[in-house]
Amino acid sequence: MQDKTHSSYKQLEQKSKYTNLFLRWFLYFVLVIFALYFIFPLYVMVVTSLKTMEEIRQGTLLTWPSGLNFDSWLVAWGGRGYGAGDTFLKPYFWNSIKMVVPAVFFSTFIGAMAGYVLTKWRFKGDKWVFLFLLFGCFIPYQAILLPMARTLGVLGISNSVIGLVLVHTVYGIPFTTLFFRNFYVSIPSELVKAARIDGAGFFKIFFKILLPVSTPIIVVTIIWQFTQIWNDFLFGSTFSFGEAAPIQVALNNMVLSSTSVKEYNVDMASAIIAGIPTLIVYVLAGKYFIRGLTSGAVKG
Amino acid sequence: MKTLKIEELSKNFGSTEVLRKINLEIDEGNFLVLLGPSGCGKSTLLNIIAGLETINEGNVHIDDYNVSKVEPKDRNIAMVFQSYALYPSMNVRENMIFGLKQAKVSKEKIEEQLEKVSKFLQVDALLERKPSQLSGGQRQRVAIGRALVREPRIFLFDEPLSNLDAKLRVEMRREIKKLHQQLKTTVVYVTHDQTEAMSLGTNIAIMNHGVIQQNDTPENIYNKPSNTFVADFIGSPSMNLIKGNLKESSNKVSFVTHGSNIEIPINGYDFKEKSNLDNKEVFFGIRPEHIFFKKSNEEDFEINLRADLSEYIGHEQIMTFNFENQEVLAKFPSTVKIDLSKNTKLFFDLTQISLFDAKKEERI
Repeated sequence: MQDKTHSSYKQLEQKSKYTNLFLRWFLYFVLVIFALYFIFPLYVMVVTSLKTMEEIRQGTLLTWPSGLNFDSWLVAWGGRGYGAGDTFLKPYFWNSIKMVVPAVFFSTFIGAMAGYVLTKWRFKGDKWVFLFLLFGCFIPYQAILLPMARTLGVLGISNSVIGLVLVHTVYGIPFTTLFFRNFYVSIPSELVKAARIDGAGFFKIFFKILLPVSTPIIVVTIIWQFTQIWNDFLFGSTFSFGEAAPIQVALNNMVLSSTSVKEYNVDMASAIIAGIPTLIVYVLAGKYFIRGLTSGAVKG
Repeated sequence: MKTLKIEELSKNFGSTEVLRKINLEIDEGNFLVLLGPSGCGKSTLLNIIAGLETINEGNVHIDDYNVSKVEPKDRNIAMVFQSYALYPSMNVRENMIFGLKQAKVSKEKIEEQLEKVSKFLQVDALLERKPSQLSGGQRQRVAIGRALVREPRIFLFDEPLSNLDAKLRVEMRREIKKLHQQLKTTVVYVTHDQTEAMSLGTNIAIMNHGVIQQNDTPENIYNKPSNTFVADFIGSPSMNLIKGNLKESSNKVSFVTHGSNIEIPINGYDFKEKSNLDNKEVFFGIRPEHIFFKKSNEEDFEINLRADLSEYIGHEQIMTFNFENQEVLAKFPSTVKIDLSKNTKLFFDLTQISLFDAKKEERI
């Protein structure tokens, strides 16, 4: 009797070992398939950008380039050097930087302040203010195009980088406020009370006590806002044209307005250049992003 | 001159009344504990004393000076919080001197204070550490130190020991007591823990539903609770409240519970008002520790009750007896052997009883 149960346990143990082994390998298989699926477009982009037009015509999408040829990258960034009709990314890249840096700064700062007030300096009706801000997160881009165009016109800053900074700041505030509010809710209000007894005022408490512990949420907000604003096409194409356009609009113009032959290598290089800044931000701040999203509480 | 005086203070949040007509006075050097269940308004009262909450009605005086509309920093108070509330981005030194720096105290004076207090609290080795690198007990010390350097008139403590584990809590409790003995500063201390309240306070104000139920010395709170709430709240297990009637005949008063013919003589009881006692519905209150297994003095009342339940807790045991279908709890040394479901001879110490009006629930 004893032996019998013992051997059947052994059988079960064997069986579960094989099942686990099989499932483990199946999991790896699926993961590899997905990894290839996601890496494939990037591979095609990089490889194509390094080929000459001759190579592109003769080979397939997957063919390895004959050498490291950065000509198309140079053309995408700096143009061919002749006058009319030559669109290249360099000036628009700086347009985007000039737009994204102040817009991210102001929307993050205002969001932090608003989150601070909504959690630590409660006032009558603060719940409604927060509700309306939350509502702002759900307003689609398209809905604000017309009123915003009118506003920019009245302010005299349509078709300018400043106009785009304003649009992105205003549109970003609901999101940044939401981030900071949810973060500051987890910070004990007793900190603020202690600081008030110690004699610190509204701004001192914010800058000296809350802001220094806000690094995770600041990073999350910066990544979010940077990605949103850098990748935006709709606002850029609606509220600016020509010289003042941000990089995504320029990229579109470049790719669509080619007169004769489609230069796939230049197109691909341009697309990668337009995407690099967001990648850099993710790489530099990525670990904070995960940490900031998952944790939140700062135990003092 | 009273160090702290609160007059007719009321506070509501919207339509919820949190504090109702609070009157409270503390003499210089006293240790007042505000004790009550959660939501009784004790923390709100403390925040009002600190100036962190506004007042709807009434006044707060510190040293005979009306501070009802004075900013927290100008009230000459310091506060220690439950979560310690140390500034996470600053080290211990910066935490402790933050208030003095705000008050623009001279550098030499700040250093002098910091050295004195950090030595006194034995945190002088921790000055360069961040709060996150400190243990719970150390954080608590630093929080107290931050309050001490300000040399306040009144210390406010908001449940400062609730976040510590049981052992550390007892240690820190002793330290706060020592601290008060040495410094003799006036303290207002909020807690929901009756042991803390009893051991620390020179005065205890028991609160419930925004009203002070009794403000008295720990001895009086324990021995002469002014109503059934206080009687029930203090003590573990709490006071037995046996429902019944008084019987008065030829100048002898006794207590009879419903459906019983046992008359408990209560001639020795110190009534507030000795009139209209006959047939009055009352609660007969006796603490579990005042029911004995052996006769301890002549006055003890002998009674036979059936034991229903036994709870063994090491140094003692809590027995539940049936007294005419009302539960009566008693505390005995764990060495005493008592059979369940059998009648046991018990002795009530009648010098320690309390009587309450059954309708008003107030002491008579």
